[in-house]
This record gives sequence, C-alpha cells and structure tokens, in this order.
Amino acid sequence: MPPFDAEILARLQFAFTVSFHILFPTLTIGLAGFLVFFEAKYLRTHNETWLVLYRFWVKIFALTFGMGVVSGLVLSYQFGTNWSEWSRVTGPALGPLIGFEVLTAFFLEAGFLGIMLFGWQKVGPRLHFLATCLVATGTAISAFWILAANSWMQTPAGASLVNGQYVVDDWLAVIFNPSFPWRLLHMTTASYLTTALVVSGISAFYLLTGSHRDVARQAFSAGMWGVLMLAPLQIFLGDQHGLNTLEHQPIKVAAMEGNWETRGGVPFHIFAMPDQKEQRNRLEISIPYGSSLILRHDPAGIVPGLKDVAVEDQPPVGIVFWSFRVMVGLGFLFLALGLWGGWARWRGTLYDVIWLKRFAVSLTPAGFVATLAGWFVTEVGRQPYTVYGAMRTEDSFSPSVTGASVATTLVLFLIVYGGLFGAYLYYLTKLVRRGPDPLATRETEEKPEAIRGARPGLVVPAE
Amino acid sequence: METLAIISGAVIGVAILMYVVLDGFDLGVGILFPFAPDEGARNTMINSVAPVWDGNETWLILGGGGLLVFFPIAYSIALPAFYIPVMAMLFALIFRGVTFEFRHQAHTSTHLWNRSFFWGSLIAAFMQGTLLGALVQGVEVEGVRYAGGMFDWLTPFSVLTGIGVVVGYGLLGATWLIYKTEGHVQDWARSSAVVLGGGTLIAMVAVSVMTPLLRPAIADRWFGGVNILYLSPIPLLTLAFAVSLFWSIFSKRELLPFLSSIGLFVLGFAGIAISLYPNIIPPSVAVWDAVATRSSIVFALAGVAVVLPMVLLYTVYAYSVFHGKASEHGGYAHHEHE
Ligand code: HDD
Ligand code: HEM
Ligand code: HEM
Repeated sequence: MPPFDAEILARLQFAFTVSFHILFPTLTIGLAGFLVFFEAKYLRTHNETWLVLYRFWVKIFALTFGMGVVSGLVLSYQFGTNWSEWSRVTGPALGPLIGFEVLTAFFLEAGFLGIMLFGWQKVGPRLHFLATCLVATGTAISAFWILAANSWMQTPAGASLVNGQYVVDDWLAVIFNPSFPWRLLHMTTASYLTTALVVSGISAFYLLTGSHRDVARQAFSAGMWGVLMLAPLQIFLGDQHGLNTLEHQPIKVAAMEGNWETRGGVPFHIFAMPDQKEQRNRLEISIPYGSSLILRHDPAGIVPGLKDVAVEDQPPVGIVFWSFRVMVGLGFLFLALGLWGGWARWRGTLYDVIWLKRFAVSLTPAGFVATLAGWFVTEVGRQPYTVYGAMRTEDSFSPSVTGASVATTLVLFLIVYGGLFGAYLYYLTKLVRRGPDPLATRETEEKPEAIRGARPGLVVPAE
Repeated sequence: METLAIISGAVIGVAILMYVVLDGFDLGVGILFPFAPDEGARNTMINSVAPVWDGNETWLILGGGGLLVFFPIAYSIALPAFYIPVMAMLFALIFRGVTFEFRHQAHTSTHLWNRSFFWGSLIAAFMQGTLLGALVQGVEVEGVRYAGGMFDWLTPFSVLTGIGVVVGYGLLGATWLIYKTEGHVQDWARSSAVVLGGGTLIAMVAVSVMTPLLRPAIADRWFGGVNILYLSPIPLLTLAFAVSLFWSIFSKRELLPFLSSIGLFVLGFAGIAISLYPNIIPPSVAVWDAVATRSSIVFALAGVAVVLPMVLLYTVYAYSVFHGKASEHGGYAHHEHE
C-alpha cells in the first residue's frame, strides 16, 4: 500500500473533522447544564448575580453551539462520502441510532435554542427556563445516541452479518451494547468536568485581574465545586471503563499498557517508547506489578499482550499508549486542583490563594486536551477495525472516491477549520475580555422584560 | 416489504421537501443579501431568520440520516457519486452557518461576514440544485456500488437545475421578506420577488421540457397512454400558483406570496418524484432494491411516528414565538460600542 492512498487520507480527514467537532459539544453539553443551574438559581433567589452570569455564559454557549452545528453537519454526510462501504454494511444497525439522534435531540436543541437566545422578552421567565432545560436535555440525548452508535462499533452486539449487511435482531442489545454505559458516563462527565475547568479558569482570570468581582467569585466557586466532585468521579469511571475494555477489547488494553507478552506481574510503564517493528518497548520507566494491580487487583494478575494477535491486527501502539498517559495524567492534575480548591474553601481562603487561581487559569483548556486524548485511545485503539473484530478500516472506505479528491477536501478542511477556529478564538477572547455586563438597576426593576438574556444585541443601550 | 419501501421513500421525500421549503427561504435571504438596499435592511433580514435557521437545517440532517436509515445502499451509492457537490455544499453551509454567530460580534469585519453569508448561501443552493439535476439524469451503478467518475454529476442539465434552485430559493427568500418586513425593505423585497418569480417560472418550464428528454422512461411516465390526464393537475396547479403569486405581490398581500411560492416548490418537487418513481437512484435502483432490512425500518418508522408529530408541534410553536415583523435591532444584528 502506498503511504498516502485515499484510505489513509480519508482516515486523516475523518480524524481531523471529528476531533474538531467534538471540541464544541464537549463545551456545549456541560455549559448547558451550568446555564440551567444559573437560571434556576436566579429564579429561586432573585439574586441578580446569577442572571448576569447566565447572560455572560450564554453568549459563549451560542458561539460554541454554532461551531458544533456546522462541524457536525459535515460529519453526518462524511459517513457517506468517505466511508460508503461502512455506511452500507453498518447502516441498518447504526442508521436508526443516528436517525433517532436527529429526531429526538437535534430538533429539540434547534427548536428551543432560538427561544433560549432571543426569547426572554417573548415568553416570560418560566417558559424561558423550560427552553434552557430542553436545550440541555437535547445535548444529553444527542450524546446518548451518538455514543450508542460509537460504542456499538467498539463492542458490537444484537446484530449479525447477513449477505454483507448487518441485520439487527435485538435493538436493546444494539443500543445498550457492553461498552455503552461506561462510555456514556465517562464522556458526559468529561464534558461537565471540562466545562467546570473553563468556568473556574475564566473566573479565576477575572479574580486575578480584579474585575467583575462578585460575579467572578460566584462562578469560581461553582466551577471549583464542579472540579472537586467530578474529577474523582471521572477517575473512578475511567477505571471501570478500562476494566470493561479489558473484557471486550483486550488488545486495546495491551496497547494502552504497552504490554507485548500475555503474562502475570506486568509493570505499569510511566514512560516507554513502544517500537512496533521490533515488537518491544524502549526506555521503559516502570512501576513493578502496576498494570497487573490496576487491571486485576492482584500483583500476579494476567495482562493481555499485543503479540496475541498478528502485527497487522494490532493498533498503532504509540498513539494509544501516549494518549492514554496524557488523559490519565491530566485526570490526576484535575483531581489535584479540585482537592486544593476544596482545602482552600475549607480554610475560608478560596478567593485569596493566588497560586490556586493561577493553577485554575492554566488548566482552562486542559479538559479539551484530555477529552481528545481519550477519544484517540478509544478510536485508534480500535484499529485496524471500524467495527471491532468484524469490519476492517480498509474495507470501510468508498472505493470509487479518488485520492486526489480526498486530498483536496482534506487540505480545504485544514484551511477552513483553521480559519474558523481562529475566528472563534478571536470572538471568544473578545467576549471574555469584555466580561459580564452588569444589569442596570432600572433594567430589572422597572421592566424585567428588558433583560432578554442572551444577546448583547437584545438590549438596546440607553446611550 | 414493498409497502415498507414506499412508506420509507415517502418519509425521506417529506424530509427533503420540508428542508427545501424551510432552509430554502433562509438560504434565499442569504442569496439576496448583497442586493439589499442598506446595512440596516441586512440586519433586519438576518434577524428574520436567526431564531429558526438551525431548525430548518436540521431537516437536511434528517434527510441524510434518513437515507442512511432507510436506504443505506442508496446512501452509499449517492454520496460517493456526488462527492464534490456534497463537499462544496457542506463547506458553503459552514461559512453561512457561522455568520449568524460571528457577524453580530464583529465590528470592523461585518462586510467579511456579509460576503461569507452571501457566497455560502449561493453555493449551497447551487450545489443542491446540481445534486438534484445529477440525480434526475441518472447515476451509474454496478451491483451495490457507484461505478462512475468524480465529475459525472456535472452536465448542462445539472447546471440548469442548479441555477433554477438558486433563483427559486431567492423567490422563497424574497416572499418571506415581504411577510417579515415593512417599509422600504418590504418594497424592495416585492420588486425582487417579481423578478425572481419570473425567473423561477422560466427555470421550471425549462426543466420540465428537458426532463422527459433525458430518458424515454420519464417521457413515457408523463405522456404514455392516459397518464397525462391523471397528471394534468400538476401543471394546472402550478399555473394557478403562479397567477396567485403575481396577483398577491401586486395587490400587496403579505403572506400569500410566500405561500404561493411554497406551492410552486411543492409541485415542482411532486413533478420530480413522479418522474423518478419507483427509482431512488435512477435509472436502475428502485426503492425496494435499496431498502434496509425490515427490523431497521420498523424500528425507525415507529420512532418517526411517535417523535415527528412532536417535532412539528414545537417547530410551529417556535415559529409562533417569533411571529410578526422582524426588526433591525434585536436578534443578532445590533452592534455594540465598547
Ligand atoms: C458526546 C457528544 C457528541 C459526539 C460524540 C458527537 N456529537 Fe455531534 N453534536 C453534539 C454531540 C456530539 C451536540 C452536543 O448535540 C451538538 C454540539 C453542539 C451542537 O450544536 O449540538 C452536536 C451537533 C451535531 C450536528 C448538528 C446538529 C444541529 O444542527 O443542531 C450534527 C449533524 C452532528 N453533531 C453529527 C455528529 C456525528 C456524525 C458525530 C460522530 C462522528 C458526532 N456528531 C459526534
Ligand atoms: C466525537 C468524538 C470522536 C473522536 C475525537 C473520534 C476520533 C477518531 C479518530 C482519531 C479516528 C481515526 C482513527 C485512525 O484512523 O487511526 C476516527 C475514526 C473513525 N471514527 Fe471516530 N471519533 C469520535 C467519535 C466517533 C463516533 C461517535 C463515531 C460513529 C458513530 C465515529 C466513527 C468513526 C469512523 C467511521 C472512523 C473512520 C474509520 C477509522 O479510521 O477507524 N467516531 N475517529
Ligand atoms: C485518570 C483517570 C482516567 C482513566 C483511568 C481513564 C480511562 C479511560 C479509558 C480506559 C478509556 C478508553 C475506553 C475504551 O475505548 O475502551 C477512556 C476514554 C476516554 N476518556 Fe478517560 N480516563 C481517565 C480520565 C479522563 C479525563 C480526565 C477525561 C476528560 C476530561 C477523559 C476523557 C475520556 C474520553 C472523552 C474518552 C473517549 C470516550 C470513551 O471511550 O469513553 N478521561 N478513558
């Protein structure tokens, strides 16, 4: 196979576009939850700080949501353009899951997003709150279906291949396939944790610069509670997810551990350079018995090794191995931030410890890195299959599409998404620099309808 | 199985028709963007579609997703066959979609996003029309795979349908603006609608003349035996809608021009469906050749039957929340001064 044939290009292209896409849902799923919380607090306490927070974060939400929508649309058609064989073979099993996502999630999000962003003055506070809740629910439902589809590709169940196409005999088994519950929990928690890091990071930035004090304090506190609760939860879920993978995709676990021979007493490599050609690691730094202890809770526990399968059935070990370490390393860093925040709060100095705030600022984008790393483990670890153990990636590609077309669109995606990401960051920075707008007292007391929540444009300033 | 295949085909048809009408008018607004009388009018225009465009575009995802659900074979033939126009459409929709979010944040670069909105809408509309033409003219298939080249879709006929859809969406956009605006913007929308209405009718006639010439089977469908009698309501109703379109524009009705252009689109769509039936990928793949397995269809149809009515209900609700005239301020358009 030449190094840059259409299939490799299509894999690069899909990896790029889907990785780009997931950055935005990661934030919208979690932020929608935070917005529900802010608005509920406001409705309950009538404390305006919550409303100011809502109005600020909903702008970031809208910007991010727009990026999620346009990049998601691309993916839903890329299945067909680049992976037509995969579409035909798995369509009868995965199509309905994606169809249900459109029907139950995308329409819900799109239908009520307009009201959430523009409707405060048109529908009144309770209905507006309902719209926020429905959008948040929509993002969660969306995650449910697409992760069911993805998990089915990892651990297929409930369907069998008949005449080159999957025929489903048990839909519940397809949806609730063996790895789905853990993946759903792990990914949803990843979204909320990432968002908690973003909220506390940006608020810590305001606290450090001394701007928007009350609002920043309230958001920092909420974000740090989030990190404190979610980071340990995520580590626990990740561990359980790994045990599930050990059962269903042992070779993926072997790649995560960088373990070549199936045997007992396997160390955990903190550092290693897996060498797939030689089928061994270089430069190992290891904790003795670590792997066996984590995976089997027994120093002599047997850990699967990559050599159990032929070289051409092994995933690219290096990427899986290192992505896993990035994710886990960051997970423990988030735990450290959460614990530090909890400790400072207990001592009553949550808003005063400068290094805590700096630490929070520096971790603002780290949740996205961990999330992407996690997806790399999952998806690259599944190689060389698209449907684990059943359909190979090389058989999934569209045979009639030429390398030149895929290369052209790949370059276009790189340029266009690069530019878009730049514009997104530019406008995001602008929103953050500008900060939350305080409410004019007149605005809330005399005509509450003028609040109009979301858009800066919705309140025509008095000047 | 045949009944299931036909029902499935109908579901896809409805999704695509909903898409064409709904996103048609907001793409049309984008196509008219550079011709608007002033920047204030552009703000009003974008505000009139901002709360609903995302829902409109969701029908496109339902169309594509639905094809994967009900006709995975058709999906896996059509998308590689139309690789280039589909990709071009997606890129265009990206540029157009982000405009809604970016334009109102922009100060100095508004003109950049104006352009991105126009070109995005224009290219997306053109590519959709081209896709339609390319489908009608037929796709080379061997077994269950596409067997043609990367550029088979590009022919004079598909360019004609591409232009037709651009003009048609422009008409939908202009008549939507008659409904949603007032004053000088509305006057401008009225005169645009007259021009675009004429253009749409010309395009419809041209496509209707050329389509039967593409394949004898299509000519036979329309003119064989007494078919023309059964099918005569289609051209007659089209004529009626054309009359009502122009009459309502000149007599300054506000909603009727929009409804009449929707009527034109529905009939054009029906005409194409009649030409193609029972093929989903003409000339050789019929709906029952490409349909998914029974268990998938039953599962998906059950979902459609339960969920789609709810979707329609709250879509109508969402539109009703934003009824009335769109304004220049509010929505996305207002520019803040720091
Ligand atoms: C865990 C969550 C998750 C994952 C793994 C994916 N998405 Fe996504 N997607 C969402 C969560 C989400 C969301 C939260 O529902 C979004 C993000 C922002 C938004 O607008 O909705 C969305 C938007 C979104 C849209 C636009 C919907 C609209 O117009 O409202 C499409 C078509 C897709 N996605 C398709 C995909 C495909 C084909 C994926 C897989 C390859 C995928 N998404 C992965
Ligand atoms: C949203 C988070 C996701 C990320 C970041 C992600 C990442 C990736 C990456 C990096 C690859 C390339 C692997 C390789 O070729 O070595 C890939 C491939 C692929 N993924 Fe995912 N993926 C995600 C979700 C999904 C979902 C939800 C689905 C389907 C329901 C999916 C379907 C596929 C398919 C069809 C391929 C192409 C074939 C292949 O190369 O394996 N992915 N993804
Ligand atoms: C430190 C503890 C963690 C452990 C032990 C852990 C474990 C795992 C494992 C084993 C997988 C691969 C599952 C498979 O494909 O079979 C995975 C995937 C993933 N991880 Fe983690 N993880 C941890 C922390 C995190 C953190 C902090 C984040 C993000 C904030 C994260 C986000 C993800 C994501 C998005 C995936 C891909 C989706 C999935 O398969 O669930 N993980 N994780």
